[in-house]
This record gives sequence, C-alpha cells and structure tokens, in this order.
Amino acid sequence: MVKQVVIDGKGVHYTPLNQQIRKAVADGADEIVVSNVLGQRFIGDGLRGNVTIHVYGVPGGDLAIFMSGPTIIVHGNAEHAPGNTMDAGKVVIHGSAGDAVAHSMRGGKVFVRGDIGYRGGIHMKQYEAQSPILVVGGSAQTFLGEYMAGGLLIVLGLNGPVKAREIGSGIHGGEIVIRGDVDTACLATGATKVPLTDEDRARIAPVIREFAGDFGLDPEPLVNAEYTRIIPASARPFVGKYTWE
Amino acid sequence: MCGIIGVMDKKRRTMDGSGIRQALSMMNERGSGEGAGYVAYGIYPDYRDCYALHVFFDNIRENKPGLDAALAQWGTIEHDEAIPTYDQPNLRAAHTPWRYFFKPDPSLASASTSPEDDIVSALVMRVNTARRGALIVSSGKNLGVFKAGGWPEDVADFYRIENYEGYTWLAHNRYPTNTPGWWGGAHPFNLLGWSVVHNGEITSYGTNRRYIESFGYTCTMFTDTEVVAYLIDLLMRRHGLDVDFAVRALAPPFWKEIDRMPEAEPEWNRALRLTYASAMMNGPFAIVAADADTMVGFTDRSKLRPMVVGECADRLYISSEEAAIRAMEPKIESITMPAAGEPVIGRVAP
Repeated sequence: MVKQVVIDGKGVHYTPLNQQIRKAVADGADEIVVSNVLGQRFIGDGLRGNVTIHVYGVPGGDLAIFMSGPTIIVHGNAEHAPGNTMDAGKVVIHGSAGDAVAHSMRGGKVFVRGDIGYRGGIHMKQYEAQSPILVVGGSAQTFLGEYMAGGLLIVLGLNGPVKAREIGSGIHGGEIVIRGDVDTACLATGATKVPLTDEDRARIAPVIREFAGDFGLDPEPLVNAEYTRIIPASARPFVGKYTWE
Repeated sequence: MCGIIGVMDKKRRTMDGSGIRQALSMMNERGSGEGAGYVAYGIYPDYRDCYALHVFFDNIRENKPGLDAALAQWGTIEHDEAIPTYDQPNLRAAHTPWRYFFKPDPSLASASTSPEDDIVSALVMRVNTARRGALIVSSGKNLGVFKAGGWPEDVADFYRIENYEGYTWLAHNRYPTNTPGWWGGAHPFNLLGWSVVHNGEITSYGTNRRYIESFGYTCTMFTDTEVVAYLIDLLMRRHGLDVDFAVRALAPPFWKEIDRMPEAEPEWNRALRLTYASAMMNGPFAIVAADADTMVGFTDRSKLRPMVVGECADRLYISSEEAAIRAMEPKIESITMPAAGEPVIGRVAP
C-alpha cells in the first residue's frame, strides 16, 4: 500500500514547504504530491530516501539541490539549476528548464523533456561509481558542458536544431553526446569531436530508453540515430593559460 | 543577483501597481532589502505635457527653495506637491519624495533641436551633481520612478503604488554588491523618457563612464546602472538609433560571430561595434529598459544573468524568473528564454 501525502504549495514560502516535504518523508510517505508550486526554491534540498515527489507548477531555482536518492517529477517548467550538486536520485522535468541545469551534479539523473538554457551541465563531475547523467529532449544553449569534469550529457534535439555554441568550454572530463552532426565551429577550445562507437552506443542506449519511457517517446529511432560525441582534448585544458611548467 | 521584471500593455490599457508588487516580491531571494523600486508609464494624464520630476529632498525647508528657483529660471512649475507616502515599520524614510510638473521654456535653449529635453536633462545633471540635498530621480513626461531603500513590498506600500495606473511598469529588487545601498542607488534609473532596471554588474563601467561624461552626462549615483540609462538616452534620443541598433551597440556580437555573418551584415556590425566601442558594456547583465512607446530586454553576450519572456494577449513580460511572470499572469500563453544579446522588443500600438 503506497502512502501518499498531498501538500498545497499555494503561497507557501519555500522554507515551510520544504519542512512539510521533509516531515512527510520522515513519516514514511512513498509518494508526495505538491500542488500549486510557484517559484519556491530548493524543493527537495538534501533530501534522502526513496520517495517520489510530484511537483505541479513551476518550482524555483536549485530544485533537488544536494538531493540524495528521491525522484522528483516536475509537471511544468523548472527555473535555474535543477539538480545543483545532486548526489543521487532522479529529476524528471516535463517542461523546459533555465540556465545552469545540473550545475556541479555529482550523481543521479536529470531528464528534461523540453529545452534548457545556457551552461547546461556546468561542472558536472564524477568519482569512482558516482557518475551523473543529464539528458535533454529539446535544445541546449551555449556553453553546454562548461568546465565539465565528468558524467554523461545527452542532447536529443527533438524540437529542432541544437543551438549550443562554445560546447565543452574548459571540459576536462566526461562526455557530451548530441544527436546529429555538430559543426566544429560550435566546439569550444579544449573540446574535440569523436565518432560514437558501437560500445558507446551500447552504453548510452539504456539511458535513452529510460528517457523515452519517462516521456512516452518511441525509443528505437533515438537509440539508432546518428550522434556526435564530444570529449575533452586534454585532461588539463588550461595548463598553458594559468600555469607555466 | 537582483530581480527584475517589466510589463507592457501594447494597447496602453493600464494596470495598477499591485500586480507588479506581487511579482517582484516573488524574487525576494534575489534582493537584500537595501533597495527596490518601480517606474510606471501613463500615471499622470492630467499633466501629460509636463515633465514630471520626482525628487528626493534631504530636508524640504533647506533644499527645496534652491530647486524651486532653478526650475523657475528655466521654465514654469505647473504644480508641485509631496509624493504621498505611508510609514512602513521596516523602511526608514531617509528622504522626502516630491514631484514637480514642469514646463521648460524652449526659448532659453533656442540653438537646440530639442530645447525642452535638453533643458530638463541639463537641469537633472546640474542638480544631481551639486549634491545640495536634492536628487532628481525621474524626469520624463507622464511617468514616475518610485524607489527607496527596503524590500519590494515595503517600498510599494510606502508609495502605495496600487494607487497608480500605468500601461508599462518596470520593477527592481536590489542586492547591492559593489557599493552600499542607498535610495539614489535603487533602480529604476531614469533620464527623460527612458528608464532602466538591471541585474548584474557593468564591469566596463569605467570606460562607459568616461565615454558618457564626454557627452555632458555626469554619474552621481555611485552605482553602475546609472551609466546604462545615460547610454540609452545618448544612443536613442540624441543619436536617433533604433532600439535594436542601440542594443547591438551596447551588447554587440563577438568578433568571431560577426565574421560568420552572411552577406552585408559583417560590414555594418563591424562599423557599429567600432563606432560605439566605448559604449559597449561588458560583464554579466540582464537589462529591461522602457520609454513611452517601447520596452526592451537584453542580456550580456555570454548570458551570465537570467531572462525569461512571457506573452499573453497584448501584454509582454520580461523578468529574471518565470514564476514572477506567472504570479502576475497565471494564464500566460507563451514563455521563452531569449538568446544572449538578442533584444526582445515590445512596442505599443500607434
């Protein structure tokens, strides 16, 4: 028997709203529905456990910041930096999201059905088994994967061409996979294009299938599509810029 | 930090200030309680032909006679009065807001092609530079800036902005970073018709300030946004640039983007960038500016500050956050995020 808790977010400041969510989790809720959300920041911040939180409305910035375990499903758009420094768990956004999506993310998954703003995946990182995944259904904007240090970032471009330029500016770890070809002029210094190998495709296929499943898309055309894989040209892209050896 | 929002009704249907008060307070996390402000267009129809001067006096008895005399020397004061204010427990009234409805005498600047504007802008510069306890914070026709040191709700309630009906509103919630907060440093900044709200920092302030001061403007507010208001006045009013050209001069594309442009575009983009090299603004910024007929929003070329655009029937919204727009217009029809440096322009119907 699933224990569901419903919270009305209308006009509630983010502090008491997050306290209510935290209390529901402590009381053993499996599913929390937060309705009438508008601009409340930090929803699910630092939250642990296996709970699923449905957010109806537009949550404010830093959704799921430091979150470690839960699943947050946003039925609407999100603002800046959802998944900021997230540790584990999953964020599914049915609309679009603002700038700096998955900022400094260190584990778990962020799936955005629509577009994201600038600097998506900025400074994503990985350590041993911890490896974050950001998948964008629509387009991403410029400075995609800026200073990226680890993890996997996939952009499917389902709503038209991907607008990002300066892709992988300062990238020194991780990989950016974009459906279709990417003009070399759109890559930043320090990023390089390589072909997607069969092993790469086998590795990303389960992620794409999961994304397609969450949003009711046909997975096979996406799994079999052409992709461009972008990786760091060097593990120390700024070695000649800030230091002299 | 800082939160901004602008709304324009393209059919000039007015809205009172309660909606934008609520929208701005949605973004209180972006402010620090040290400054907030609003500007409204269309609020003084009874004096539509007069320049509405909003003034902060330090001391009415000591500072007002000097300004009265300066205005009388350059034209006629049709009416003046204290701007009604209402004490707020969390807002210290550091100044006394006053308004004048002023008609300059164009015969006193007969060599100018726009004598009235030139008289008023020269008066603003002279009064604000003199620092004699009077600060002119807005000087356009049928508009007014209402700002103070405080949180958005307190500043709105101090002026009871719900009592004003405007068709375009800009609002700003301040988080001062480089200079202390004070009433004159709160946004919006205004000169004549144009008003500006800004989130970010103009790191090119020194260059821009030297440039603008060579045209007779004086920066007196101890903060960077002031220079944006004067740059817009220079480019739009005095140089007669269209709004999209003015934005392109202030936030031009990178050289390598210009090199990639098709056909004739690189040539005029290079010319504009070279002509206005010292007007180019660097640093992170999101700006919304408005005059009686236009509202424009744009960001820095690297998009280091957020900007969201909403549209609903005749209303255009530009804000730092989507939630602020939805707070004002729950039935919003479209939400978009414009690309860096790409101006979003709304014009009222002629």
